[in-house]
Amino acid sequence: MKTKALDQIKRYPGFFPMAVLCLFLLYTPLVIVMIYSFNDSPSITLWGGFSLRWYEDVFFGLEAAKLRKAAWNSVSIAAMAAICATTIATAAAVGMVRSGAWRGKTASFALLNLPIMVPEIVTAVATLIFFSMIGFKAGYATILIAHVVFCIPFAYLPIAARLEGIDSNYEQAALDLYATRWQAFKRVLLPLLAPGIISGFLLAFIISLDDFIITNFVKGAGVETLPTAIYGAIRQGIKPNIMAISTLMLLVSILFVTVSYFVGRNGEKKHEG
Amino acid sequence: MSGLVEKSSFGGLRKPLLLPAWLTIGFFLVIPVLTMLVYSFLTKEFRGGVLWEFSLAAYDQFFFDRGLFGDEPPKIEWTYINIFWRSIVQAAVATLICLVIGFPTAYFIATRSPQTRNIWLFLITVPYWVNLLIRTVSMKFLIRDTGPLNHWLMQAGIIDSPIHMINTNFAVQLGLFYSYLPFMVLPIYASVERYNFSLSEASADLYAGRWTTLRRIVLPSVKPGIIAGCILVFVPSLGAFLAPDLLGGAKTFMIGTLIEEQFKGAAGNWPFGAAASMLLLSLVMVVLLFYASSQSKQALHH
Repeated sequence: MKTKALDQIKRYPGFFPMAVLCLFLLYTPLVIVMIYSFNDSPSITLWGGFSLRWYEDVFFGLEAAKLRKAAWNSVSIAAMAAICATTIATAAAVGMVRSGAWRGKTASFALLNLPIMVPEIVTAVATLIFFSMIGFKAGYATILIAHVVFCIPFAYLPIAARLEGIDSNYEQAALDLYATRWQAFKRVLLPLLAPGIISGFLLAFIISLDDFIITNFVKGAGVETLPTAIYGAIRQGIKPNIMAISTLMLLVSILFVTVSYFVGRNGEKKHEG
Repeated sequence: MSGLVEKSSFGGLRKPLLLPAWLTIGFFLVIPVLTMLVYSFLTKEFRGGVLWEFSLAAYDQFFFDRGLFGDEPPKIEWTYINIFWRSIVQAAVATLICLVIGFPTAYFIATRSPQTRNIWLFLITVPYWVNLLIRTVSMKFLIRDTGPLNHWLMQAGIIDSPIHMINTNFAVQLGLFYSYLPFMVLPIYASVERYNFSLSEASADLYAGRWTTLRRIVLPSVKPGIIAGCILVFVPSLGAFLAPDLLGGAKTFMIGTLIEEQFKGAAGNWPFGAAASMLLLSLVMVVLLFYASSQSKQALHH
């Protein structure tokens, strides 16, 4: 009886339609692009029947080689940046969460999260200016370095959050039993921390794959990632093959989120159990 | 006592553990930002780059108009101030739209059963992981004059001629809203989830209506989440590049597009771009400091 009354109090008329509207607004543009990527007609407005021709165009068409190169750059940079950022962030998380209280901890936290706080366009400008001043030639390496930097906080946050939730008695017990710090970390903390590290890695990977602004500034002439290649292509108008690439990238993103979601959930379950 | 000891099992290794992160961010972000500050006080070199001569020209160009030949008495130059002001307004409007749609959504999700909640949260976060460029292009595709939206509206007989949406302020606001909506929903959701609903019950027992309860009890309790959400939408909107670039036109220039033009576009004025970036960064830091101080005040109250 009482719970029913509380239910009534909690509920607001109009909030459910708002939530549905929210999902509708979020998904409509994506679904539309997905649908039109299968449009047979080269006109991007009229529907000319179902076809896979634009996918064929992406993989075997005139720009296929260029796109493949861009995709390879995107994926290889994302993988390397995510590995570096995750390694650095894991060490930093242990250093922050398992080091008690010390002076400058707040400052250290602020520094770790600085790449999130500075607007992307400012990071882009600053990085471009810095590399140009020290005479570092813009290209693949500059993109990679910039990506490592802004991926660090994205990897750090889930790892630190996970670490906060792990009872330190585990590694303390290992240390009491004469494990070295490295053994205590590798054998005890690391397995417990794994879901956080995987989430952090996936997050960093997607963030790197997603980046346009910073990459656009620090890439040299001739080096393209998928977003910069797509941006270059749509300068001349949105063509159906762009919609096919978009759909493919959309599917990759959804796959990643789903994996990361289930890894996170399983991790939680195991930890509880 | 035990609390301090148990949490510092790697205390002795603090420095070596944190050093890689400090050095990476320090060397490739803090030093570059300082370099940018220096560049904003240098003389511009035509076709990009700088001459190492001290100059206030970049800031002077931003704030003052000295006529075509630079010899007239300085007047206030409104062009760039207006662009900054427009960015602030656009970001504020986008934040407001996000709040109006995001709050009910977050509240609704937080009052579901745990399983349903997870599904909703998942659905809300998925679009965030889709490439921002692709999302913005999708929006552009949808709202073009000859795009599907206008096509349907005309077929349905709701309108006779296409609504012109692209290259308007509205399109940019829509793009910003679309880019950052999940940032509004998630922190508000976290606040509402922690909110103790027996307070609402008590309020109802004291004959407060539903909406009075929302306004007087729920909203003040979840205010930290709302503020966090607004900051998370406002700050990236302020320096956004893709939404004003792809969905807007010359009349909807924002800070991000102004800065980009100095480096990648035709303008090619690095010191001016650095100065505009410094001003944007200062603006963002003011917002963040304001937020931090409001947070610590809140902490004192509790």
